[in-house]
Amino acid sequence: MRYITPLKAAEGLGSAHSGTQHHWAMTVTAVALLVLTPLFMITVACAIGLPRELLLVYFGRPFPAIITALFVTVGMIHFIKGTRIMIDDYLQGGARKAAIIASVIFGWAVIACALYALARMGLGAIVVV
Amino acid sequence: MADVNRGNRPLSPHLQVYRLPLAAITSILTRITGHALVAGIVLIVWWLLAAVSSPGAFACADWVVRSWLGFIVLTGSMWALWYHLLAGIRHLFYDAGYGMNIEQAQKSSQALIAGSVGLAVLTLIVFFIF
Repeated sequence: MRYITPLKAAEGLGSAHSGTQHHWAMTVTAVALLVLTPLFMITVACAIGLPRELLLVYFGRPFPAIITALFVTVGMIHFIKGTRIMIDDYLQGGARKAAIIASVIFGWAVIACALYALARMGLGAIVVV
Repeated sequence: MADVNRGNRPLSPHLQVYRLPLAAITSILTRITGHALVAGIVLIVWWLLAAVSSPGAFACADWVVRSWLGFIVLTGSMWALWYHLLAGIRHLFYDAGYGMNIEQAQKSSQALIAGSVGLAVLTLIVFFIF
């Protein structure tokens, strides 16, 4: 007689109901970042050392602006979900809640700062006389 | 069982007692590089934000980016980014059910270290030539 119930494997989304989406979101953002990471490295490498006027023009152009916006946004969402895994592993109770809240706020703050800077550079670049 | 003193039992040896195998080191490095990358992204975003703020703010951020501290943070981030990217590829293979036995994990661990260092050196060479 085998003492194995049909529930030895998870059915549907499993008893926690929500981990599957988290793992899937990490997979999707990871694949996106696989493409974005080399492009972002090239973008930043070309920008380092530029004087301020040229830097503003550089990040006003479509390719550097879109790559940077995508990399920071997708990267920080990947960061928020990634730190969540670590927080769940190492922290309990109130410290866990505080760390999750801090991580989410910090992640979106970085995204907001980057998009604000890119918007200022992008929108300021076109002056039709 | 009910009157056992549960607060004072001998504990099994903890993680730091063991010499970690290479696969364990490369696994924990994935998490460490992923979280350490926050330093690089904060430096870059601060630099971008300073550029649209004022000439003084940009001079300060640009000085840090181009200083030895900035070089260490950005070069370290660049290696960490390559490492985390390669480790992420390995995770995608793990998810698909490949590469999970000990010999394969050992080989992929060596590939991770050699690949990330190789790509980092190549990136530095390309950066300083162009």
